[in-house]
Amino acid sequence: MNPTDTGNPDYFHKVVDCQWACPAHTNVPEYIRLIAQGRYTDAYMLNRESNVFPGILGRTCDRPCEPACRRGRLDGKPVAICRLKRVAADLKDDITDLLPPIPVTKNGKRIALIGAGPASLTVANDLMPLGYAVTIFEKSPIPGGLMRTNIPSFRLPEKVLNGEIDSILNMGAEIRYDSPVESMGALLAQSFDAVFVGSGAPRGKDLELPGRADSDRIHIGIDWLGSVAFAHTDKIGERVLIIGVGNTAMDCCRSSRRLGGKDIKVMARRPRAYFKASPWELDDAEEEGVEIVINHAPKRFIIEDGKLTGMEFEQLEWDESASKSKVTGTVILPCDDVILAIGQDNAFPWIERDLGIEFDKWEMPAVNKVTFESSRAGVFFGGDAAWGPKNIIWAVEHGHQAAISIHNYCQSEATSTRPVFGKNLISQKMGMSEWSYHNDYNPAHRQKMQHVDLVKRFEELDIEVELGFSAEQTAREVQRCLNCDVQTDFTAVKCIECDACIDICPLSCLTIAPDAPEEVLRKRLSAPAIHPDQALYASLPLPQTGRLMLKDEDLCVHCGLCAERCPTAAWDMQKFELVIPYAGQPQNGLVAAV
Amino acid sequence: MPSIVKPAIAHPSLARNEIGLTVRDYEGAMSTLCAGCGHDSITAAIVRALFELSLPPHQIAKLSGIGCSSKTPTYFVNGAHGFNSAHGRMPPIATGASAANRALTYIGISGDGDSLSIGMGHLCHAMRRNLKMLYVIENNGVYGLTKGQFSASSDVGSKSKKGEANTMSPIDPVLLGLSIGATFVARAFSGDKEQLVPILKAALSHRGFALVDVISPCVTFNDHVGSTKSYKSTRERLMAATESDFVPHASEILADIAPVGVTNVMMHDGSVLRFTRLPKDYDVTDREKAFAYLKAHPNEVVTGVLFTDESVIDMHEANHTPDVPLVSLPYEVLCPGSAQLAELMEEFR
Ligand SMILES: Cc1cc2nc3c(=O)[nH]c(=O)nc-3n(C[C@H](O)[C@H](O)[C@H](O)COP(=O)(O)OP(=O)(O)OC[C@H]3O[C@@H](n4cnc5c(N)ncnc54)[C@H](O)[C@@H]3O)c2cc1C
Ligand SMILES: Cc1ncc(C[n+]2csc(CCOP(=O)(O)OP(=O)(O)O)c2C)c(N)n1
Ligand code: SF4
Ligand code: SF4
Ligand code: SF4
Ligand SMILES: [Mg+2]
Repeated sequence: MNPTDTGNPDYFHKVVDCQWACPAHTNVPEYIRLIAQGRYTDAYMLNRESNVFPGILGRTCDRPCEPACRRGRLDGKPVAICRLKRVAADLKDDITDLLPPIPVTKNGKRIALIGAGPASLTVANDLMPLGYAVTIFEKSPIPGGLMRTNIPSFRLPEKVLNGEIDSILNMGAEIRYDSPVESMGALLAQSFDAVFVGSGAPRGKDLELPGRADSDRIHIGIDWLGSVAFAHTDKIGERVLIIGVGNTAMDCCRSSRRLGGKDIKVMARRPRAYFKASPWELDDAEEEGVEIVINHAPKRFIIEDGKLTGMEFEQLEWDESASKSKVTGTVILPCDDVILAIGQDNAFPWIERDLGIEFDKWEMPAVNKVTFESSRAGVFFGGDAAWGPKNIIWAVEHGHQAAISIHNYCQSEATSTRPVFGKNLISQKMGMSEWSYHNDYNPAHRQKMQHVDLVKRFEELDIEVELGFSAEQTAREVQRCLNCDVQTDFTAVKCIECDACIDICPLSCLTIAPDAPEEVLRKRLSAPAIHPDQALYASLPLPQTGRLMLKDEDLCVHCGLCAERCPTAAWDMQKFELVIPYAGQPQNGLVAAV
Repeated sequence: MPSIVKPAIAHPSLARNEIGLTVRDYEGAMSTLCAGCGHDSITAAIVRALFELSLPPHQIAKLSGIGCSSKTPTYFVNGAHGFNSAHGRMPPIATGASAANRALTYIGISGDGDSLSIGMGHLCHAMRRNLKMLYVIENNGVYGLTKGQFSASSDVGSKSKKGEANTMSPIDPVLLGLSIGATFVARAFSGDKEQLVPILKAALSHRGFALVDVISPCVTFNDHVGSTKSYKSTRERLMAATESDFVPHASEILADIAPVGVTNVMMHDGSVLRFTRLPKDYDVTDREKAFAYLKAHPNEVVTGVLFTDESVIDMHEANHTPDVPLVSLPYEVLCPGSAQLAELMEEFR
């Protein structure tokens, strides 16, 4: 097999499973160590660099990092990465002085951002320090997008939301509230240097079934949550049916529980294994007494004397892969209200179709996957507006990338010229058997989030249910992180093939073997590779025998014992730092064209 | 000292042996030897061999004398019995222990200093008695523990770290064993576990005394240019006389279709030691030829199981001792009383 090129930042980056999985590539292990040292503000600022909203995301992130976390492959439970992020956000000091300075003299370029959701706010965050004049047009009277209008305050307190949004708006972005953009053509006529569309996917899907038009007690989930957020709605009937079982459904059922709902059923078409909602959201809903009913397909609304009294469902039986179903019967469930939570669509009625901004047959804009540019130069899309509903962390990453493009565009640089990732590697050796990080494996179990008790939490709509980790829980959880960024770095010419590293490795990661194709080597390892998607490192030929040093990265706990037992320091533990380029930060002129 | 104890967490696909243990269950305390010491690698090979043989840890006794090598029993099989004796005195302690409890598997770990200088007389007599044990010499050509003086296995001309050449002729433990009448003699290299592990398994199943000389470089005092026991020099001069494959008694032996050049030696317990002769003239059952072969290759490090003879009775058989450990004999049998003693004494009058 070919020797591994660890000079490419991607190689070590991929070893840090959480960082690799995070759309914004948050440096998780470093911030966890900072938390372990009580350096909450530093941990917060490190987070903020990549994900911009650590306090918000520490409560609401979809956490793609956690299923990827190496710890999960070792003891079944990933590090509680998200909860630890919240710890940093909750315990940080004032960060005002740590934010980037905003130039008093502007660079003369004016940028329009449509919508004040996380995507647009990230663009503003990245461009303001570069001297751009940013104007945000927002339909609502307050900023935040769906984070404000749809994520309920019992999951995301207003104070946290305001704090993080203000830190961006206070950079001097001009924001115009109650200012829906009703004509893109008119906006473009205002001669902004670039326009970013961060208007989200604002249209909740409807369900055209008999009876739909005959009652005002049938609600569209995201609109209903919005009216709850704006306090236009403050009650609901006792019996509520929620149609759909995604994350919106979870917020609808739990909000209903707080507005008078007593018998709340979430109606799912398919079996549990196929739900879209995150497992933790399902747990939280069930903890609050919400019933989740599977294998029921809505058939019609039952209206008696002009009043919604129930809904009829078909009962389904699915084949094993839940791809085909047959109807086994029907059932009528009585209810006072129905909330439809079956998805969202994009809608751009305000973008004229003759502006050179192309749309496809599904009325979605044609957006470049790398530059976020539309088919009209200078018009960019990001967040849910680009390719449909995703989540906050993706919206943030879209914002970062779009900001790079906007900056290039305004500086007459091709938007396809992208700065590339850089890396730093620093030895962590402090002495003979001494490392700068806590290298021992801690067998602690994942800490469980404590919740406000089941009576008290319903007293007010905005009581945050999750209490956050206690100091003791934090102290335990931080030690579960395996410091995957402290990399095992190997120098083949120094190796004398004494086998010390191989003998000591607790996880049997290392092997010395004669060269062979990778598939063959993967079967010949000290412990045969069990996750083919995990990298297999191969060294240059070793000096004494020409064999290769191999490392299956999969289960390495980064304990450093291989390096400690190496007599020649052929192995070293080196902290890898991914240098992520943001708008206006050229990487020593390194660029890659796409 | 390592900064931490090797974490208990292990690879999920680690195999279990016949008694349900993983290889990790055969580990011992963290080694305090120098990083890269060949002795640690031998420890790892012993761990693997014991695991593969499914030996119950509490049925193992580890014994040693003094030296870096003699420290290593601490680093394998935590659950075993152990005795760290005085310098060179491990063979008599092993003899006594075996006399009292023949049911245990005895593993003696020694060094070239411990075995070929101060303890050589004891070693010779243990071989003569054909004491049933695995006796490993972790041979690095120096006294590692006392900071690198030449030992009795050091080759003429081999240079010390400071550049001084050794002038006294070496004692080769393999030749010594062959001439004294040892019934199982092997040599291996700490840097080649593929060869070492099957040799250790065969040695552990041998009927009597199994001498395994393992070249085990001392990274700190004897791994420099000019040393004949460095990793590099050993690798350059390795020459396998036999390649052996150990087939334990319990496992199924598939019929070999006339494998040219393969010799099967039935061990006393029914296991099979299967040899492939590499040089065509090598005969592992012929003491004189083995001796001559080694004499003919003075500059190579000849490895493999070099001689074995399963027909020689061991110490217990020779002395007609009871079949069971002395502790399990009823007290009246173990100590028949003063009347019996008087009767015995009468016989000598
Ligand atoms: C119920 C629900 C719960 C969710 N929970 C989570 C969660 O827990 N975690 C998570 O990561 N994600 C969650 N999401 C998804 C997440 O909120 C979105 O993916 C994210 O907010 C998208 O950000 P955005 O900036 O692209 O758009 P949005 O947040 O939708 O913001 C768009 C903004 O644009 C404004 N706007 C729209 N059209 C115009 C116009 N023509 N002119 C001016 N302004 C306009 C809107 O008023 C809005 O403020 C949830 C979504 C829903 C519906
Ligand atoms: C009676 C006695 N004499 C001398 C010593 C000093 N001494 C300690 S270890 C050793 C030699 C060890 O050499 P070796 O057996 O080759 O072990 P190594 O350290 O090389 O593995 C000597 C001479 C001693 N401990 N006891
Ligand atoms: S163990 Fe730590 S560094 Fe490794 S993937 Fe999990 S959170 Fe990230
Ligand atoms: S750091 Fe080294 S010894 Fe520790 S688990 Fe990883 S490869 Fe094995
Ligand atoms: S001194 Fe030599 S023999 Fe002793 S532990 Fe160090 S390397 Fe091994
Ligand atoms: Mg020695």
